[in-house]
Amino acid sequence: MDALINLLKTNARLTNAELAVMLDTDEKTVAGWIEELEEKGIIKGYTAIVNDELVDDENVTALIEVKVTPQSQSGFDAIARTIASYEEVEACTLMSGTYDLCVTVSGKNLRDISMFVANRLAGIDGVLSTATNFVLKRYKDNNIIIIDEETDERGLISP
Amino acid sequence: MIDYDKVIVGAARDMKPSGIRKFFDIAQKLEGVISLGVGEPDFQTPWKIRQTAIKTLEKGKTTYTGNRGLSELLGEISNYFEDTINVKYDPEKEIIVTVGGSEAIDISIRAMVEAGDEVLIVEPCFVCYSPIVSLSGGVPVPIATKVENNFRLTAEELREKITDKTKLLILPFPNNPTGAVMRKKDLEAIAEVLKDTNIVVLSDEIYSELTYGDKHYSIAQCEGMRERTIVINGFSKSFAMTGWRLGFLAGPREIVQHIFKIHQYAIMCSPTTSQYAAIAGLKYCREDVKKMVDEYNMRRRLVVDGFNKLGLECFVPEGAFYVFPSIKSTGLSSKDFCEQLVYSKKVAVVPGDAFGESGEGFIRVSYAYSVKHLKEALKRIGEFLEEFHNK
Repeated sequence: MDALINLLKTNARLTNAELAVMLDTDEKTVAGWIEELEEKGIIKGYTAIVNDELVDDENVTALIEVKVTPQSQSGFDAIARTIASYEEVEACTLMSGTYDLCVTVSGKNLRDISMFVANRLAGIDGVLSTATNFVLKRYKDNNIIIIDEETDERGLISP
Repeated sequence: MIDYDKVIVGAARDMKPSGIRKFFDIAQKLEGVISLGVGEPDFQTPWKIRQTAIKTLEKGKTTYTGNRGLSELLGEISNYFEDTINVKYDPEKEIIVTVGGSEAIDISIRAMVEAGDEVLIVEPCFVCYSPIVSLSGGVPVPIATKVENNFRLTAEELREKITDKTKLLILPFPNNPTGAVMRKKDLEAIAEVLKDTNIVVLSDEIYSELTYGDKHYSIAQCEGMRERTIVINGFSKSFAMTGWRLGFLAGPREIVQHIFKIHQYAIMCSPTTSQYAAIAGLKYCREDVKKMVDEYNMRRRLVVDGFNKLGLECFVPEGAFYVFPSIKSTGLSSKDFCEQLVYSKKVAVVPGDAFGESGEGFIRVSYAYSVKHLKEALKRIGEFLEEFHNK
């Protein structure tokens, strides 16, 4: 199962037939495993890793550091869930270190994101402070080099 | 004017350029070629190894080491042999750290082969054995393995080629280019033939870690064989350290002491930085090797399946990172197949006959590439075959 997860993490578009060959089993078994992983919520979805620079959109992305006061009953959980429920939020993770939640937000422009921070984030009870960091350029994401093709330093042929 | 014909010795002049070379020149000139032709890992050397090298450089540990190699490394290699093939070698007398497996092959042959000696070379195989044997004045005697035996050497094939002059058997398994391995019972049959002779085995086990299914078995493990076997191994393939040029050999001291003198005079010692790095490899990176092997294994299955589906029959290799599909169904020679493929679809694979005559009718395909790359190459080979058959 771990091998299957690792393969899908690097390329979710491998067909069940290809996965079956690589894992030395049959297609039906692979289909069963994938179904099980999806049902158990281990695989939560599949996505494409896109080089935004080559797509004609002006979207901006920000990583927002959020400091919050933990709530007496739920700790960070309730606030994190509230933030995660907003559609602008791409990712929300609890962090160790100098701040508590790292929130990834995308918008059409800077104004979109500042409005989100001012109106939605800052308004949540328990949010103490935010620091917004805009993404300038992505070089690597999900293990894949975004910026240019990975080059093979090896020659074409060697014995 | 200088007469260069008188400068170069006959053995060097008569040495044929590697069969790969010519094909390499063709592929090199074309643009956008994707290759399945490389005989080295696509992984980076594990970070712990690189980091160790950097640290020793920073500390200025850049002097010569002892001729044989760093004591700590020799000790680790000795442990490694015990751990992997369960054979004990004295680190101070029976092991030499060499400049890649290549040097180990060279100095072993030079120590044991002289004019008129016959050296049995199991083919298809890596390209260096025969020229080095000739350079020593020896006579290379190829033994062709067959696809119907899964490219394993059989006792009968060996027995047929042994004469009074036979000095050495070069046994390169897991094999480049076929990916064949010799299992315990295959090796025991070979050992049986050799046990009452003076023939020494040069067992090139550089791909030993890349053995799929059962664990690698060395002929040195067979009864009575340790005393007549030089085992060659190294860091290039297993630890993805090709450019570090580090290998090693081990054998009975009665032989190794003489090989050692050649190493001492010709090389002094293997690269110091690489030696420190290799210690880290053996101590801390065995798990990284395992991960790479698992990855190769998945690709191996994908590629074997791919070729069989394309109608190029491919026996299931159990070692190294090559598959060796037959292209006989196309009626083309290996060379023509590879040339047409690279010109029409820009995929470079190596003609099987570059590894000995018995490789004719096959191509060597390396799967030391990403899955994405392998799939693209297989797709192009499929298109090539379709167009070829529709012609």
